[in-house]
Amino acid sequence: MTIAYRQAVLKSGLRAALSPLIAVAAALTVGALLMLLAGASPIAAYSALFRQALTTYFGFADTLTKTTPLLLASLGVLVALRAGQFNLGAEGQIYMGGLGSLLVGLAFSDLPMVIHLPLALLGGFAFGAAWGAIAGYLKVARGLNEVLTTLLLNYIAQYLISYLVNGPLKAANAPSPFSELVAPSAYLPTILGKTQAHAGIFLGIALSTLLTLAFAITAWGYRVDAVGQNPVAARYAGISVNRTILQVIALSGGLAGLAGSSEVLGLKRRLFENFSPGYGFDALAIALLSRGNPAVVILTSFFFGMLRSGANVMQRSASVPVSIIYAIQGLTVLFVAISLALEQQVQSPKPDS
Amino acid sequence: MSELESGLRLVGITKQFGPFIANNSISLTVPTGCIHGLLGENGAGKSTLMNILSGLYQPDEGKIFLDKKPIDIKTPADAIKHGIGMIHQHFMLVPQLTVVENIVLGSADSLRLNIKAQAKEITQLGKDYGLEVPPLARVGDLPVGIQQRVEILKVLYRQARILILDEPTAVLTPAEITAFLQVLRRLAARACTIIFISHKLDEVMAVCDEVTVLRQGNVVATRAIAQTNRTELARLMVDRSVEINTRPIPQSAGKVILNLKNVWANAAAISAQSKTHAILALRGLSLQVRAGEIVGIAGVDGNGQRELADAIAGLIPIQKGTIEIGSEAAAQQPIAYIPEDRQQQGLILSFSIAHNLILKAFSKLPFCRRWILQRAEIAAHAKSAIQTFDIRAASAQLKAGQLSGGNQQKVILARELAGEPGVIIAMQPTRGLDIGAIAAVQQSLLAQRSRGAAILYISTELEDVMAMSDRLAVIYRGQLVDILEASSATLEQVGALMVGSTEIKESLATAEKLETGVSPEVKALETNSSATKGKGERL
Repeated sequence: MTIAYRQAVLKSGLRAALSPLIAVAAALTVGALLMLLAGASPIAAYSALFRQALTTYFGFADTLTKTTPLLLASLGVLVALRAGQFNLGAEGQIYMGGLGSLLVGLAFSDLPMVIHLPLALLGGFAFGAAWGAIAGYLKVARGLNEVLTTLLLNYIAQYLISYLVNGPLKAANAPSPFSELVAPSAYLPTILGKTQAHAGIFLGIALSTLLTLAFAITAWGYRVDAVGQNPVAARYAGISVNRTILQVIALSGGLAGLAGSSEVLGLKRRLFENFSPGYGFDALAIALLSRGNPAVVILTSFFFGMLRSGANVMQRSASVPVSIIYAIQGLTVLFVAISLALEQQVQSPKPDS
Repeated sequence: MSELESGLRLVGITKQFGPFIANNSISLTVPTGCIHGLLGENGAGKSTLMNILSGLYQPDEGKIFLDKKPIDIKTPADAIKHGIGMIHQHFMLVPQLTVVENIVLGSADSLRLNIKAQAKEITQLGKDYGLEVPPLARVGDLPVGIQQRVEILKVLYRQARILILDEPTAVLTPAEITAFLQVLRRLAARACTIIFISHKLDEVMAVCDEVTVLRQGNVVATRAIAQTNRTELARLMVDRSVEINTRPIPQSAGKVILNLKNVWANAAAISAQSKTHAILALRGLSLQVRAGEIVGIAGVDGNGQRELADAIAGLIPIQKGTIEIGSEAAAQQPIAYIPEDRQQQGLILSFSIAHNLILKAFSKLPFCRRWILQRAEIAAHAKSAIQTFDIRAASAQLKAGQLSGGNQQKVILARELAGEPGVIIAMQPTRGLDIGAIAAVQQSLLAQRSRGAAILYISTELEDVMAMSDRLAVIYRGQLVDILEASSATLEQVGALMVGSTEIKESLATAEKLETGVSPEVKALETNSSATKGKGERL
């Protein structure tokens, strides 16, 4: 009985690890078919993509640059997912986080970096968290579905930033809408010389490790999981479900906000209009693909970052439209959903209920 | 019964899951027009057998004969084709659709959906079998008893002649059960063959012609009801003589621990319900429970029991009145609450047994130190709880969802009774359990009583609550009608109080009550179906 049980556990564990890989492989295969339809050679296209994104110095740096905001925002979406909440608002939280970091970055000019940079990151976290908390509050106090509120808050955030960089925050004599540069003491340092890759990636890896630990061994992680798995039972056991949800959505917003911070402090060093090319929505796909596992998010984000970074080169050298890359991203999510559904069917029948 | 003209016959059905034999060469004969009871503890193999009949599982060995012809049931569609209909314990209805829509769902063979004609047909079908339903009412608005009729009609509408009912009375009120058993007899009289799965000996004795007892996958005995009795059946089921009516040994109660004064509260809208119902569920209820005393709350489901329990546990606010929990020990310990719905309210099914056991205390010593969960302490606690409460599981890492109902309830008991709580609220703690598990639950609670806990025992099963209580309070429309000494109260007396046949103010009367007649009630529901919405949560 015990041995059979252990085998079953091992099997299901293997399957859980394997199926995202299968999903990715299937998505790449269907992507290849699409390329054939578009009249291009999939082999040439993929080899251009992966060679560029992984083996060239600048390409790899670009992959890291793209991975960073994806990783941070995905961690945010994932934390909410663990508590059973769908945060579709990572995009808006990225914008707000960028704003928060910019304001702190502009506010001081003579602080040492060890104080200014953490402060600027904190500003981004706080703005993102506050933006998330609006949705959390509306859910907890007013019963509004967070799926809707987080999604709609995206537009408000995005247009708010557009207004600010077109108006009050617009840099003097700027030809297009962007703000002044933040003080150099708030820069996230570049990690690979002559490229844009910055230290934000370390922040992402550190936070992912921290979250993995938090869910594995802390009482906080246990509480979040309890609320996510069965809020009714959690409530009956005396856990404050509302407080947990509010807390988690705020944290989720804060983490997504850090993605905005890393774009502003590490990459652009100032605030641009529409600076996020949909990282917040990719984050949703990444979090789902990683199945709530904050360690797996690192790999998944890297994969998505790689696709984004190699896409342009692929277009140039193999004349495959970039939109195929978006199709592959979408297909990956689709195949993950299919594998989840299949697993539920395969689960062995119980002898008696 | 060896000469079977027509009916259902199972011969040597065997089903194995890995090393576990769920059904071991089971043979069963049910002649047409008979009601055949299937008794057995959880895990005895009843559900497996029924799943084989309804096409969900394939037997490893054995044959099924219908009217002397061997049949193969490979899929649920095959089962329907052969006229076998399954009525599950948890209804398979779409609450947003009307009765007619639910019944014709999936069975319509033409593109045109003629609801009017079908409504007529269903009304006629209902009349034929004495299963009257309001055809155009939304199923979600109907009381559970009526929903069950819809479920049965759905099967009859598909021309089923063999009905399998899995624990059909678990969700019904006593009045609904009586009506339901009459319906079963009528169905049998009209040449339906019925397999009735139940834990409740009384119902099996009342309605079945024959009964088969399963134990650990084997047929232990088949008896004609006329030639057996409750005691024998109980013994056959568990293979040990259990005392069914264990009235607690009298003991002198201590001081008042739980004191409710004039409590008013709105109906709870805790679980999946979307709307808050501003309907008063408790109307000035007062009650005292002393240390070392079990006070039973008897009543028809939906008369405020749920809100009473939730209000004491602090899960819903009270509008007026006070709830005092009056001892130093009790003030420090959280109230032990065994909720009504094990799977929804009591457990996190995807968590392990060990993690379910710490659901209430996970953030405190010894399970948590400086925000870190203490793995060793949690494992040790699980091990001892599994032993103390006789939870039958191979490992503490097993998920709660993989346990049988009885073992799930034991996990909840182990969690709630840990740390000597001063006040214990037990809401339907034995519902749906087999006799062995019921005895275990009752003994745990009696042990707590001897220790000096103040226990509120809420159950809609009258005999259950009478057997366990020192004093018995009867709840009706949010008020306690009377508080009796359990030793001198009679079933008839309590039964009369439960349906409000004393001097209850009729000003409270609305269309929402269902314990009276059938047909006028159904009509009332049809016209005023929204009035029933306040009657607590439903699936």
